Amino acid sequence: MEILQIVGLGIVAASFAVFLRNLRPEMALLVSLSAGMALILLAVPKISAVVSLISAYVNRTGVDPEYLSTILKIIGIAYITEFGAEICKDSGESAIASKIELGGKVIIIAMAVPIITSLIETITSIRP
Amino acid sequence: MDVDLIFKVAAIGILVAILHALLDQAGRKEAALMTTIVGLIVILLMVAREIVRLFDSIRSMFRI
Repeated sequence: MEILQIVGLGIVAASFAVFLRNLRPEMALLVSLSAGMALILLAVPKISAVVSLISAYVNRTGVDPEYLSTILKIIGIAYITEFGAEICKDSGESAIASKIELGGKVIIIAMAVPIITSLIETITSIRP
Repeated sequence: MDVDLIFKVAAIGILVAILHALLDQAGRKEAALMTTIVGLIVILLMVAREIVRLFDSIRSMFRI
């Protein structure tokens, strides 16, 4: 089962990171970074299966596929932002982490603008 | 798979840490610093390649 692999890998990597933290703190950061990446790459096939399933449903229902692609982009950007911010927080650089999160939020808001405008247009058109 | 990436990075990290401590004991501070820097660069290069692969897969998956 994948979950056993993921948990086992996470615990082993955490123990390496703790072991290295007092000897060489920068190595511990790199160990936790590579562990994070390995765990995510384990989950990637599952995520892509879900994404293609969702897009198949959306295409069938006739909703504008542009909205779905924007939502998927926002999810991807949110995930990468969180990945970077957590790594920075782990290494104690919470100031850098908050700047990364700020950048991520700004990009997501910028991408959500067309959806918001179309929402407002549909609302105003319904008004009698 | 990337499982061995973790162990490679951990092994190099431990090796460099031990070398650093050893060289410190032997009184050769600058050599210890050099091995730490070299070890760090080697690990950074390996991790950087994996980061690019991870971001490419995420980009292709979420069609960013």
